[in-house]
Order: sequence, then structure tokens, then C-alpha cells
Amino acid sequence: MSVAILRQGAYLIASIQSDLSDTEVIQLRHELSELVGRYRSRGIVIDVAALEVIDSFVARSMRSIVLTAKLRGAETVIVGIQPDVAIAMVQFRLNLEPLRVALDLDAAITLLDRLTRRDAEDGG
Amino acid sequence: MEDEVRISINSDADLVAARAEGRAMAERLGFPRPDPTLIATAISEVARNIVVHVGRGEIVLRPLEEADRYGLVVIASDNGPGIRDIEAALRDEYSGRGGLGLGLPGARRLMDDFDVASDADTGTTVTMRKWRYRDELARLREERRRRA
Repeated sequence: MSVAILRQGAYLIASIQSDLSDTEVIQLRHELSELVGRYRSRGIVIDVAALEVIDSFVARSMRSIVLTAKLRGAETVIVGIQPDVAIAMVQFRLNLEPLRVALDLDAAITLLDRLTRRDAEDGG
Repeated sequence: MEDEVRISINSDADLVAARAEGRAMAERLGFPRPDPTLIATAISEVARNIVVHVGRGEIVLRPLEEADRYGLVVIASDNGPGIRDIEAALRDEYSGRGGLGLGLPGARRLMDDFDVASDADTGTTVTMRKWRYRDELARLREERRRRA
């Protein structure tokens, strides 16, 4: 599959390497949900910079990945939405709730650190 | 003028090729950013409609030339059972099989012209065009004329 998934501490980093077919997007959801359980990951970063199109299916799948991961105990942050893709998404009026986005990997990790710390405090 | 491109759509993997061909043609024709991305996204939606609702069909991409503007037309056709209520399919809240309600209205917003012809005997054809005026002033005049 054209997604590289790396493990970094308590987080999973999924880098999409090229445009994905719908089947591959669905595979990515299964795989991330499985890996969150296997590694007890607290957070996921999905790098979508290689996606030249985010249409209604991809947007819906991203939401589904976020919600599935949340039920498995992990927060998700999307990074790298291309400028033209962002314009297309707005013009399309795609519903992006409850996606959390960050500009790059560093910002995503900072955001995840904050989100997962807050969860830990809530739990304690 | 360059020739048309035909992409047969038989599975979701063909969407990847359809998007890439659409973007490539838009770039060759000289569409500025972000138009190639908008066109590729609209193609993705109509191609997926074919895969999900009918299973197979075809996308034709063709350059358009007029005196004061150039463009690209996308024709997505299938021989399926047709869309019963086209007006409803183009409304935002409509959700057909597979929950693709956003697809057609979203694609329409990304393009300039958008037509759907559909009946039970001949299937569905979506025709959508994106235009670019050679001269931005001409575009503004055209917009004014349309509003008047």
C-alpha cells in the first residue's frame, strides 16, 4: 500500500506516499485501527501532502478514521493539506468536523502532546 | 488542438487515473492554479458515482476553444438505471446509495457549467465544463453582462 506507517513513541505517523484509491483509503482505516490497539498508541498523525485530491469520499473516510481511532483511545491530527486542495475543499463545502489539522509534523506532535495530556488529566 | 482523452471506469482504482488525466489536461491547456485541482476533484466525484451506482462507465475529457475563452469539458456516462430524481440528487441533503449526497452538488460548485441527463433506458450522462477567459477584463465584462 502507498502509505508508510511509522511508530514514534506513543504516536503513529502515517505518511501517504501517492494518490490513493478508495480501497487503499479503507485499508488505511483498518490498519490504523489495528495498530492503535497493538501498540497502545495515544495519537495518530496522517500526512496527506501527497494527496492531490480530497473529495467527499476521502473527507468522509478521514472523519471515519478519526472517530474509529478515538473509540480505540487515540487522537488524530491531519497534516499537509495542499493549498489548492484546501481551496477545493472549501468550494466543495466539505464538512470537516471533527478533523483536527496542523500545518506540519512538528505542529501536529505539539497538538497531540496537548490533547493526550489533557486526556490523561481528565482521566486522573 | 489536442485530442480528447477517454478513461473507462470499471473500479475504484480507475478514479486515480481519471483524476490524474483531468489534472494533466487542465495543466496542458494552461488553467492556472487552483483550477486543475478543482477539475480533478469534480472528476473524482462523477467517476465515483459511476463505480458506486452502476459499476462501469466512461469519462471523456475534451479541450474547448472559443474566441475569448478556453475550457475543458468532462463527460461522464454510464448505461445504468438512471437517476430517478435529478433535482434531488443535486440538492445538498440528498443521500443516495452509499451516502454520496455531497458528490454531485459539490462537483457542480467546483465547475462552471453542470448538466445531468438521465433516464432508465439510456443511463446517465453528466456533462460539466470549466472555462477560463483569455483576458480577465473580458471575464469581468461577461459577468456584468450576465448580472444585468
